[in-house]
Amino acid sequence: MAQLTYRDAVRRGIAQEMRRDERVVLIGEDVAAAGGVFKTTPGLLEEFGPRRVLDAPISEQAILGAAMGAAMTGLRPIAEIMFSDFLAVCWDMVANEIAKTRYMTDGQVSLPLVIRTANGGGLRFGGQHSQSVENWAMAVPGLKVVLPATPADLIGLLAAAVRDPDPVLVLEPKALYPVRGEVPDGELLDTLGRARVLRTGGDATLVAVGAMVPRAVTAAERMAEQGVGCTVVDLRSLVPLDVRTLLDAVAGTGRLFTVEENPRLCGWGAEIASIVAEEAFPALRGPIVRITTPHIPLPSADTLEDLARPSVSRITDTVLKALG
Amino acid sequence: MTVDSTAGAPTTAPAHGSPADAGPPELVQLLTPEGERVDHPAYSLETTPEELRSIYRDLVLVRRFDSEATSLQRQGELGLWASLLGQEAAQVGSGRAMRPTDYAFPTYREHGVAWCKGVDPLNLLGMFRGVNHGGWDPNEKNFHLYTIVIGSQTLHATGYAMGITKDGADDAVIAYFGDGASSQGDVSEAFTFASVYQAPVVFFCQNNQWAISEPTEKQTRVPLYQRASGFGFPGVRVDGNDVLACLAVTRWALDHARTGQGPVLIEAFTYRMGAHTTSDDPTRYRIAEELESWKLKDPIERLKAYLVREGWADSAFLESVEAESEQLARRVREGVRTMPDPDPSSIFENVYAEGHALVDEEREGYLAYASSFVGAAAEITDGEDD
Repeated sequence: MAQLTYRDAVRRGIAQEMRRDERVVLIGEDVAAAGGVFKTTPGLLEEFGPRRVLDAPISEQAILGAAMGAAMTGLRPIAEIMFSDFLAVCWDMVANEIAKTRYMTDGQVSLPLVIRTANGGGLRFGGQHSQSVENWAMAVPGLKVVLPATPADLIGLLAAAVRDPDPVLVLEPKALYPVRGEVPDGELLDTLGRARVLRTGGDATLVAVGAMVPRAVTAAERMAEQGVGCTVVDLRSLVPLDVRTLLDAVAGTGRLFTVEENPRLCGWGAEIASIVAEEAFPALRGPIVRITTPHIPLPSADTLEDLARPSVSRITDTVLKALG
Repeated sequence: MTVDSTAGAPTTAPAHGSPADAGPPELVQLLTPEGERVDHPAYSLETTPEELRSIYRDLVLVRRFDSEATSLQRQGELGLWASLLGQEAAQVGSGRAMRPTDYAFPTYREHGVAWCKGVDPLNLLGMFRGVNHGGWDPNEKNFHLYTIVIGSQTLHATGYAMGITKDGADDAVIAYFGDGASSQGDVSEAFTFASVYQAPVVFFCQNNQWAISEPTEKQTRVPLYQRASGFGFPGVRVDGNDVLACLAVTRWALDHARTGQGPVLIEAFTYRMGAHTTSDDPTRYRIAEELESWKLKDPIERLKAYLVREGWADSAFLESVEAESEQLARRVREGVRTMPDPDPSSIFENVYAEGHALVDEEREGYLAYASSFVGAAAEITDGEDD
């Protein structure tokens, strides 16, 4: 067991898969010589060489388009898009090409590729470098969407993504890169589409992903001190979604709160709320409440960004108020 | 592409693929690194000693506030700073070539162009402090907000240029971008549009040799200015550390554009003396000798040498510019340190032109929530998990 930062876990996860399978290649801007702008890929160029670790021109469409073509030849590319915001620059490749290829070729062409990207706020990078784009991605059939919240989850889920026959978008919460977590020794392989219950309580269920997971946990700890018990679910994967764990957790408390970093409209929590309303309506003892960033572009000032993203205090206050 | 020495207009002879470093023979230069004034047959430039002193002052002041900004970032007063160190001549030369009504679309490093456009450096610093998104009125300054997503602004500039021709104006537009951005699809599409629509836009590429950690060889196998020929418009490589050459070539290019002859690509061959941003450490990926060799081509030293040699600048003048630059640095430092934090409720402003029911509701919710704390907003922004 080792204590690793999230950013070190990214490196370890990629290295694990590249050692295991020589078909795995890494391409992205500044990933090789510089070791990644978030220092998530240092040493990979040295270990695996320039044939497998490629610094790309600043051409996001080409990075993903080439990853698609490379996957068609049997490689298993891991393509880094530096900031998830830049997926907008190459969304044609994601939404029109990569995600639809299996379907439109009648299943004849598989694209086992991974798109990794730094997602979300917390670093004061402003509206074009801080977005939480999981809800864009969720809306594209054919794409899998994963948000690991801990170093160990990142390694296991990244490995699962690399080995998955479908394209997987791995959203790395950039606010969590410096955060440490325990990582078991040896190879880690997780399963896509399995949520994790992080704690249980009888009064409310908090559902979160990514950077909102530690906040939901802290909020739950604070509420526990006040005698309010919360179940906290880390969905870990939005597509596929672990509906069973979600519904069981809601059934156990009768109250559902989603904690979402994305702006409110069409955030993933809306889909969760819809599923719970359809499948578990009798279990609900009160309204489903969504705790989100407002429907605004994310500001860069520290005070404003903190205000916009769901904070521990806002989670706590919202839950306690709703429970009465 | 070569330049026709009689007409002052580049020929359309196709460029042949040559290594990206085969630049020097094709480099337009009016002031050598040693400060010798040389003529170029295609790009003549008449200057008065007074104008040269004014250019010198711009260069020094821009460098000074840039270095002050780097210091302020190191002291925690700015979230980030993208230094223009080494690129002062490319920016001030091209910036001064514009008429007031010519419009510029910058990247995030065009502090020298901003200066020429009359944007207060404090506005730039406010943005990098995170308290605003620029704060100047682009329509008043004819200077768009900094564009952070690489290359996008080349398309905005092209559309703007197409738009002003419909007004019958004889203004022109400059799209600033870098060597890294040249790999973006946006830039190729901007070249295509500008060419087929004869848009009055000058594509001003500051090739500072590095896109974060990636050298220009990672972006192109031919000198960047040669790309223009494939799109059907002239491309010129200019010594980007020569403010006079940058001024002359950009002025020519803007006139070419505003007289209906279509776009021009200028590649200002320069060097990013500092880090990509204060978050970057270039010692990880580039060698010190390269930096040292470019120090000998410093844009300010060569103009200073020229001014002094000609007897157009005495020590009193040089000292007055120095003093003025220190004054600017002080103003900038004090201005940044006393910038008020933005009003929390401002995050709900300008999301839509006429409001939005959800956003209005969210604003009211926040205000009510914030007012429930003794310390108001500070209490609810505890974000202690990360």
